[in-house]
Amino acid sequence: MEELLNAVFRGLSFGCVYALLAVGLVLTYKTSGVFNLAFGAQAFASAAVYYELRVHHEWPIVVAFAVAVVVVAPALGLVLDRLLFRHLRTAPPMARLVTTLGLLVAIPEIVKLGFDQGSPHGSAVGIVPDGLTVYRPFGDVYLSRDDLATIVVTVVVAIALTILFRATSLGLRMRAVVESPRMTELAGVNSERVSAGSWMLSSFLAGLAGVLLAPIFAQVVDQFYTTLVIAAIAAAVLGSLESIPIAFAGGLALGVLQQALAIYLPTNSVLATNLRPSLPFVALFLVLVLSPRLRRRREATDPLAAVDPPPKGLAATERSPVLTNATRVAAIVFLGVVFAYLFFSANARWVNLATSAVVYSVIFLSITVITGMAGEVSLSQSTFAAIGAFGTAQLASELGMSVLVAVVLAACISAAVGALLAVPALRLGGIFLSLLTLGFALFFDNVMTKFPWITGGDAVVPTRTPRPVIGPIDFANDKSFLVLVCVVLAIVGVLVIFVREGTTGRYLDAVRGSEVAAASVGINPTRVKITAFALAAGIAGLGGGLLAMTDEAANKASFVAQFGLFWVVIVVSLGPRTVEGAIQAGIGFIFFPEVVLKLWIPWIVNNVQPWYDMAELPTGLTFVFFGLGAITYARHPEGVLEHNKRASLARVQRRIDARRARRTGTAPAPVGGQS
Amino acid sequence: MTLLAARGITKQFSGITALDRVDLDVAAGETVGLIGPNGAGKTTFFNCLLGVLRPDAGSTTFAGVDLARVPTHRRARLGLGRTFQRIELFPGLTTRDHLLVAERARRRSGALWKDLLGRGRPRPDELARVDETLALLGIADVGDAPIESLSLGRARLVEVGRALMTEPKLLLLDEPSSGLDRAETDALAATLRTVQAERGTAILLVEHDVDLVRSFVQRVYVLDFGTLIASGPTAEVFSDAAVRRAYLGDLV
Repeated sequence: MEELLNAVFRGLSFGCVYALLAVGLVLTYKTSGVFNLAFGAQAFASAAVYYELRVHHEWPIVVAFAVAVVVVAPALGLVLDRLLFRHLRTAPPMARLVTTLGLLVAIPEIVKLGFDQGSPHGSAVGIVPDGLTVYRPFGDVYLSRDDLATIVVTVVVAIALTILFRATSLGLRMRAVVESPRMTELAGVNSERVSAGSWMLSSFLAGLAGVLLAPIFAQVVDQFYTTLVIAAIAAAVLGSLESIPIAFAGGLALGVLQQALAIYLPTNSVLATNLRPSLPFVALFLVLVLSPRLRRRREATDPLAAVDPPPKGLAATERSPVLTNATRVAAIVFLGVVFAYLFFSANARWVNLATSAVVYSVIFLSITVITGMAGEVSLSQSTFAAIGAFGTAQLASELGMSVLVAVVLAACISAAVGALLAVPALRLGGIFLSLLTLGFALFFDNVMTKFPWITGGDAVVPTRTPRPVIGPIDFANDKSFLVLVCVVLAIVGVLVIFVREGTTGRYLDAVRGSEVAAASVGINPTRVKITAFALAAGIAGLGGGLLAMTDEAANKASFVAQFGLFWVVIVVSLGPRTVEGAIQAGIGFIFFPEVVLKLWIPWIVNNVQPWYDMAELPTGLTFVFFGLGAITYARHPEGVLEHNKRASLARVQRRIDARRARRTGTAPAPVGGQS
Repeated sequence: MTLLAARGITKQFSGITALDRVDLDVAAGETVGLIGPNGAGKTTFFNCLLGVLRPDAGSTTFAGVDLARVPTHRRARLGLGRTFQRIELFPGLTTRDHLLVAERARRRSGALWKDLLGRGRPRPDELARVDETLALLGIADVGDAPIESLSLGRARLVEVGRALMTEPKLLLLDEPSSGLDRAETDALAATLRTVQAERGTAILLVEHDVDLVRSFVQRVYVLDFGTLIASGPTAEVFSDAAVRRAYLGDLV
């Protein structure tokens, strides 16, 4: 009995933090229609500020708390609302989701850059002095001061929130604004102010939760926060993202359940060591799949949406044959020069970088299919790549299969898993699909990769993966292998173009535009999307297998869920609809941290001025750069690089036309331009 | 020959009877109107026919097939085409693309392996069929225009064209005149008459524009508060005193 009570109390302090996070999530979703995936990152930001001030600079508790939670957190919320989300009110739900994804990737890295990169200055502390002091209120029940503080703070916040929503007109206005900001404005409410208020409030809750969580982990590490938010998301989804009381209760229950499970499961069994940490993911998965309310709900649409002008078209693609040929010739010459350099004068490091870039381009083509073509944000592409890598490694090294056969089989396994996951995911659609795939990715990452039958080798040594041998050619030679992966990339790229221009691509365009209308001409929307999901998973699996061959080992560190998030962000910000976009993303993913940050920028800085000597820049800047780049997705759904490419080609085209017109003395025909 | 036979369709929403034992028939090649004031249950009935809603009681057979367990997209394959009251088009696609998608869906040739072999691009015979329909509807000039640039009247014709590409036996039009002015409505009626003459498609027109219904359909059903209050040849129904009093008022 006392054991159970101990677990309940211990779980309560977890549960309180989950509950605070869940309430904040529901709050922003209800008032701005944004499901804030970056919520954990916001919590991390406040926790890091508090840690820095309290532990490193030894500020008094009250001052450090005030700065981190009362000043920094709401300020961050206000900035996000002002700069971003206010302008995304009428943007499609996917644009908002991608924006928060970019922030999730960027914010922790910005925080880490802002603070000392060195070793931690001691363990994290709570918001009360001597937090580790333990009370024994009755019997053998233990309760630390930190736990007690968390519970008290949460109760106070819960009461305050109840009063705010039940008894004040601000609460009523907050609820009205989410329905339709413009409609509410017609009724005389300043909806921008209300939305800014709710962002500040939810950000405050995130900050509070972040600071309360810190002593539980004894460390401030961003991965803990992004992973923990999953539990909060599960609680929020339990209330269909609408009910604050259910979200609150769900968070508490999850925290208690997680601790109580530890008692009833036999210690040191597989179940005990794996089920407890995986509970948040399992809970999210079950809630999403089983909740009947979610299946019926649709994304909130603004009743006044019909008055919006139609979305801006993509930049013009019309261009004359002269220009098309010119760009083609330029591309071929460029590629020729790059290859000549790689084969005749580059050292091994550059060949390896190029090989990685090509392999990642293959993986990124899977995002082109699922996000660019099918319009669904899947966050588990890293998992499918992992399945491909582990599968290839195991089939080749344990069953002694030819590695080329193994990689194709592994890609098929990955496609089958993708199709299976697609069935529950597609029934939910939209944002819930993204959450489900995120839950799946984290579950695979945290639980499944611990099983040797999945990863092959043991926890430390990854499974060796051989390079293929075709006839007399041994691809153990890096330059030959580069040619092989380029051929694979070319084949996959052409196949993706075939699918996009073919029936499946047209069906996906139709289903993305309007599911009811697609069904009205006889298209089965679910089947088309499952096809896309399986195809994307297969491509990711193929790319994962190639990556294992490149490294000659299936290394699970290459496929963590956080990478999966970042891959979506980088592809979406560069060009999700085109094969070039995926290739540019592959190049960016490899060359930006290795070349731009380590060589080019320091070289430029050190050569333009003599005073400051710049060393290599931290690789974390990559996440910041592309994470913030994803914010442009709302404005340029074709990708910012693709957009600028089209725009500049259109400019060149206009100049060509103008010159031709001057020569022949006729007025230029209107071609290209922004339509 | 009876193409569509709805028998005793009943639908309740939390105690309110939206449809009460509605019977409706459409013969092959016939034009039928379903009229009624707002809230009479027209759209509910329409959604029951298409499988968007499941009726609480009653049965529907179409071309001899019981529709009870047939999902929406299969009803389209059986030959039920439709348009939407609030335009439902595919943003980012051109007019021609809309019709091509429907043509592909009709042929049911959309296997992934064909795409992967590079055999998924539009073929000349498909493009010819699309152009034929575009010409029939008088929208050939906007074939390559992005759908967002079309006026509401022409966008509705694109919807009709998209439905026609599936070679429907029965075309269900959900308030096609909504949002259109008199001239646009007349033009739409003229085009629909041409379509009917050319293709012989049966049409069920759900509408509250009395003039459009009167000028277009052979038979008409009148729905009021979920029950049929009159049905028969258009001229007879419109001269029925009860209908005039209950619904049409001084309009006629």
